[in-house]
Amino acid sequence: MKSFRSFTFWMKGVQALALAVAVCFSLGASDAGSRFNDLGHRLMCTCGCAQLLGECNHVGCTESGRERQELKDGIASGKSDKEILAAFAAKYGATVLAAPTTQGFDLVAWIAPFAVFGAALLGTILLVRRWALSSAGKAQAAKDGEAASDDPETKTLREKIRRETGSDGGF
Amino acid sequence: MAAFGSFALLIALALAAYNLLAGALALRLIATRQPARISPERLADTARRAGIAGFVAVTAAAFALVWSVFANDFSITYIMEHSNRALPGAYKFSALWSGQEGSLLLWAWLLGVYGFVLRLTHKKDVTLYAYAGTILAAIQVFFLAVLNFAAPPFALYRGALPDDGNGLNPLLQYPEMVIHPPMLYLGYVGFCIPFAFALGALMMNYPGEKWIKITRAWTMVTWLFLTCGIFLGMHWAYAVLGWGGYWGWDPVENASFMPWLTGTAFLHSVMMQEKKGMMKSWNVWLIFSTFLLTLLGTLLTRAGLVSSVHAFAQSSIGNWFVTFMVIVLAVCIFTYVLQRKNLKSDHQLESLVSRESSFLFNNLVLLTACFVILWGTLFPILSEYVVGSKVTVGAPFYNRVAVPIGLFLLFLTGVGPLLPWRATSFKSIRRNFVLPVIVLWVTVIVCLAVGVWPWKAGVFDQGNFYALVAFAISAGVLTAILSEFVRGAGVISRQTGRNFFVAIWLLTRRNTRRYGGYIVHIGVVVIVVGLAGSAFNRNVESEMGLHDKLVIGPYTLVQVGATQDSNLNYNSEYAMLDVYEHGKKQFQMTPERRVYLASEQPQTMVAIHSVPSWDLYVVYEGTNPDTGQPIIKAFLNPLVGWIWAGLMVLVFGTLVALVPSQKPAAQRGGNQ
Repeated sequence: MKSFRSFTFWMKGVQALALAVAVCFSLGASDAGSRFNDLGHRLMCTCGCAQLLGECNHVGCTESGRERQELKDGIASGKSDKEILAAFAAKYGATVLAAPTTQGFDLVAWIAPFAVFGAALLGTILLVRRWALSSAGKAQAAKDGEAASDDPETKTLREKIRRETGSDGGF
Repeated sequence: MAAFGSFALLIALALAAYNLLAGALALRLIATRQPARISPERLADTARRAGIAGFVAVTAAAFALVWSVFANDFSITYIMEHSNRALPGAYKFSALWSGQEGSLLLWAWLLGVYGFVLRLTHKKDVTLYAYAGTILAAIQVFFLAVLNFAAPPFALYRGALPDDGNGLNPLLQYPEMVIHPPMLYLGYVGFCIPFAFALGALMMNYPGEKWIKITRAWTMVTWLFLTCGIFLGMHWAYAVLGWGGYWGWDPVENASFMPWLTGTAFLHSVMMQEKKGMMKSWNVWLIFSTFLLTLLGTLLTRAGLVSSVHAFAQSSIGNWFVTFMVIVLAVCIFTYVLQRKNLKSDHQLESLVSRESSFLFNNLVLLTACFVILWGTLFPILSEYVVGSKVTVGAPFYNRVAVPIGLFLLFLTGVGPLLPWRATSFKSIRRNFVLPVIVLWVTVIVCLAVGVWPWKAGVFDQGNFYALVAFAISAGVLTAILSEFVRGAGVISRQTGRNFFVAIWLLTRRNTRRYGGYIVHIGVVVIVVGLAGSAFNRNVESEMGLHDKLVIGPYTLVQVGATQDSNLNYNSEYAMLDVYEHGKKQFQMTPERRVYLASEQPQTMVAIHSVPSWDLYVVYEGTNPDTGQPIIKAFLNPLVGWIWAGLMVLVFGTLVALVPSQKPAAQRGGNQ
């Protein structure tokens, strides 16, 4: 009964935490400044400097100023984030997006790391459990064997070896 | 000098080939005990001596290239492309690794240095060292073949000789660039040694774990070099690229990080093999993978396989590297399959919650992180191959995927040392974990109270969320590590009557490896705190006329002059900015913009004022062509100094771990 109550308590805790996280995630971006900053970090500068648009400031960049202006215009025209990103991708190609999308083959990029991690974690847990069970079985068998063979003479001998060598001499 | 250098490289190749063939034949004769006209031991010794002579030949070639740079010998194409007369001496020296041919020569020379040291210390275990030396010779043959036939550093310039060279890439004309690449290469090349020992031990069916003990110092030193190389690169990116950051998840950065991750996993899991005779196959494959990843890193940097902001030298040597990697992998697989019966574990894990399993999970997370980075780095190529279009895998991908894995790893850093070997009781968990967990949650509350919220203006903020988690876990981990020191020192203090600080010293001296490792972990925690600070970076940009002000954080920047300067190497323009804090002038900063004469390329020289709480980072972005006034961008980057301080702690910890432990007095007496 106590363990069931404890379980219920933990389940409620997890649910509350999940709800809090969901609330945090569900709140959308509100002002243009934060949208500009957010989108600027989801797009690449196309001059070849390999930097995020929101962080590109290298001397003599010919592209980032124009791209930033296009981003500002897109936000001002009331387009959604998705539409703005799609417009950039249509104009500059998919490489302007700083990360793969979550559609088509791009989705594989996101899934594979978690799938590999999950599989490796599960595999490790199962392996460790198997080893632990096997070790426990061996230890028990050894104990049983030891108990069965422990006649008084063996016990005396074992005690003598233990005293003299500090180990049980391979028994 | 070009002819001398080319000849030295040819001689070096011949000697490395002899070392490989004679060494392999001698080892074969020793293994099979076949009768031969020449004693296999003597043959093996001639191979070893050829290896030493080969080092002298490679050194001569490297010397010839450096000499040619200083002598402004522009008849050599490499010198013409990477140097010029006005280049300062230190950068002339660094021209050695600023291009592909030179950096491959650096690889071969460093391999020669490592091989030289190894061959001089061969008496520790003549046969094992002979195997390792022969494997090193095989690697050297590859690099010298590339240098002789695919990327010759002494190739002569065709056409009329120019009066001056093209100069060094301005990005590379920075003090760190004189240290960063050699340090990184010392790390890359150094992993050849544990690889050679591991493969050699596997080939000869080496009994016991002695090869691990022999290579431990090599691996740690190599790992330390790689770590320092990576951080020097970060500092270079921070101080030179002028974007206010230090890590951009660029493919070349990733290439150096991947072997670091597998090398770190190896350093941890190897303890399991030493202490328990476990994870033998795993360790062998970890070191094989680390070596292959160092080759992949060189391939990515040098062959232009993926586009990168700092792949400074690109060419078609990719096929050579791919072929070599395939051969190495085939040899590793073949040897492993042949000898795997000798890699059975002596023990098995007994509990899911134990020190052993924490090592296993630590390895799992490190390898997953390595996979994520490899996957992200190579996904553009995969995407192009599968769907015909390239995509970018940049910071947003890694921030979402790799950062949580990193935080989990940090968590394990705190948990692992608190778990005893074999199995853990609930009582022991409660005793060891209560304080760190309390500190963790107190940190969460304090962070929330001071405004580190996972949302900003009603929007979930990923950066702040990660920072909050990172601060909390860091506090917990630090408490866990410090409590280990306190607990151990308390026991010694009671036993010896010494004061607490002396007891900590004695504790560390008694088990340098363990407590040096803990210091390394403290360094990692400090670094993570510094990295988490990036969530609170802010910046402002403004055109600044004379006496104009720019306010950022507690600082007010006032423009008091903009001027120009020039020397033989570059022209520069810079702004002089007085910096006020609380209305009082504190210091002056002079961000600069240079235009290098030989290459005609511009470059920023960032002005940085660093205090423990933040860096004031000021960039001279150029001048407005209409008004002629300088455009200044200022960043306030919190906690950046912690990253470099954390590196110092980490280096100190590694050095402590390298010092042999002092045996307790009773044991020393007993041994006499």
